[in-house]
Amino acid sequence: MNIFQIITEIEKIDPEVYDRLDSRRSIFRHMGGLGQKLTAAAVPLALGAVLNKAYAQTSAAPSVADVLNFALKLEHLEANFYNLGLGNGTDPLTTAQNTLRNGFSANNLSSLLRMRADENNHVQFLRDTLAALGATAIPVPALTQFDFTGGRGSAGGPFATVFTSAATFLAVAQSLEDTGVRAYKGGAPYLMGNKTVLEAALNIHSVEARHASRLRTMRRAGATNNTAATVAPATVTGLEAERTASPKSWVSGKDNGGAQPAQTAAIYNAGTLPAGTPTGITFPAEDNFIQGGLDLRTTTTVAGIPLLAFSEAFDEPLDVPSVNAIARTFTVASSTLFA
Amino acid sequence: MAQSVQIAEAEPSQSLHTPMQRRSFFKYAGATAGATALVLAGCSKDDSEPATAPVNVGSGDIGVLNYAYALEQLEAAFYAAVRGGSYYTSLAATSAERLALDDLYYHEVIHRDFLKAAITAAAAGSIIPALEVDFTTNAGYIDFTTRASVLNAARVFEDLGVAAYNGAAKYITDPKYLVLAGKIVSVEARHAALIRDFITEATFIGADVARINTTALEISREPAEIVSMVNNYLKDNSKLDVSGLK
Repeated sequence: MNIFQIITEIEKIDPEVYDRLDSRRSIFRHMGGLGQKLTAAAVPLALGAVLNKAYAQTSAAPSVADVLNFALKLEHLEANFYNLGLGNGTDPLTTAQNTLRNGFSANNLSSLLRMRADENNHVQFLRDTLAALGATAIPVPALTQFDFTGGRGSAGGPFATVFTSAATFLAVAQSLEDTGVRAYKGGAPYLMGNKTVLEAALNIHSVEARHASRLRTMRRAGATNNTAATVAPATVTGLEAERTASPKSWVSGKDNGGAQPAQTAAIYNAGTLPAGTPTGITFPAEDNFIQGGLDLRTTTTVAGIPLLAFSEAFDEPLDVPSVNAIARTFTVASSTLFA
Repeated sequence: MAQSVQIAEAEPSQSLHTPMQRRSFFKYAGATAGATALVLAGCSKDDSEPATAPVNVGSGDIGVLNYAYALEQLEAAFYAAVRGGSYYTSLAATSAERLALDDLYYHEVIHRDFLKAAITAAAAGSIIPALEVDFTTNAGYIDFTTRASVLNAARVFEDLGVAAYNGAAKYITDPKYLVLAGKIVSVEARHAALIRDFITEATFIGADVARINTTALEISREPAEIVSMVNNYLKDNSKLDVSGLK
């Protein structure tokens, strides 16, 4: 086989192939050495290694372990939120936890306890996966690192009633789960080198989306409603303004900034574009209706579709720095968890 | 043997920038004599058309997009039929279920038409045709007059959609297509959760769709498994062959 003919063929597709290889001249030289030592049958393997290196993400892109550890931080955040509010399933319930639980209908409480179990299971799964990869998981963050009131340690922040008001608890829960959905989507491209991990991450991603949907369903019906799904979203104007208090089960536009816009708007806004982001991937706001360079309003030939539906049909990814900034809202000022 | 495998893996940029037309694929493969025989063998399935599954989605990124396009065609056709059925039309204009079924119809139509446009832009010659659905026979029967039948079918389609996207993502090589699939699958999961809550409150997730007693991971499914169910709802001339997705 002719290796250089292969590279010539690749050049037809990617004119920069020589640059990619040349910038890694040492690897190329290395391969030359290999050619003398290896049998002809093994040469394609060496070529594959070189091309893999040439086409790998730049060093600015996170590794698989980096992405899993970042996901693990978010899962700890979510798990601790449910554990603190509803009890961790091991220790006796506090008076406050009992009071909060009593603020929910039976179906709503069982839903929240399901989410608590799922998030704690995600924590364990990610820790096991990191161990299996031979990577080091982040230390289990101390509960004292978190302040779910958004007070950064004052315990009296903008969500001061997070663990005493069922409505506030649901508002924060929706915010955390919607953030998780965007974060996993943003992390997925960096997991493409390990298909098993990629598939697992996506299997967490859709569970987070199911949680978010259920929380939104509960929020529009009210914490004490036992038949939340029977309640339709408010439709006084049919516009985003109603979505803060009465969200759909999916994100509609930017949901008017979410459950508490002064604190939650960033969850639905555009992100930044960190170095190392793969070509063609951006982090637009949730009200985006341009996908893959195509305007959804013109790709659809069916008439009569409401404008907001075009944004609802697609969730958007979010980048690590933007997710960190959102997550910091719920940690104490001295915490470096989401630094 | 090892040669052709390695070569196939060594050209990720091919499908990344110019989704492969079969002719250029052959030309490319012909560049190395050793690889040709095996690559041709790998393609032979594309060329034969088994009578039972005439619509071959193809392979590579375009194959996955075609697979998604097929699923979205089915979902959009389903909700269109729902909106023409007496269960839906008997619902009050302001009922939560009616409004949700409207939104689901809009979203799936938008997905379908987007994928059609995206595949056409990337590889017009490789797009699968418009599929013909069949909701009237045997395992594919849906009674559009009853709540139980409509909502149960919606649950099947939405849960299947989530499992299908999650299971096919690993066959995508271009990160931007992976993210596009991710943008759609979480919306399908939001749909699935609400439909399940309609059927039985607080069942937005369950042991049938996720390993809720261990890892809390959704249960993704391979294209072949998905299609074995999806083909029940497609006419004979529209049944799917996903053997190229691997």
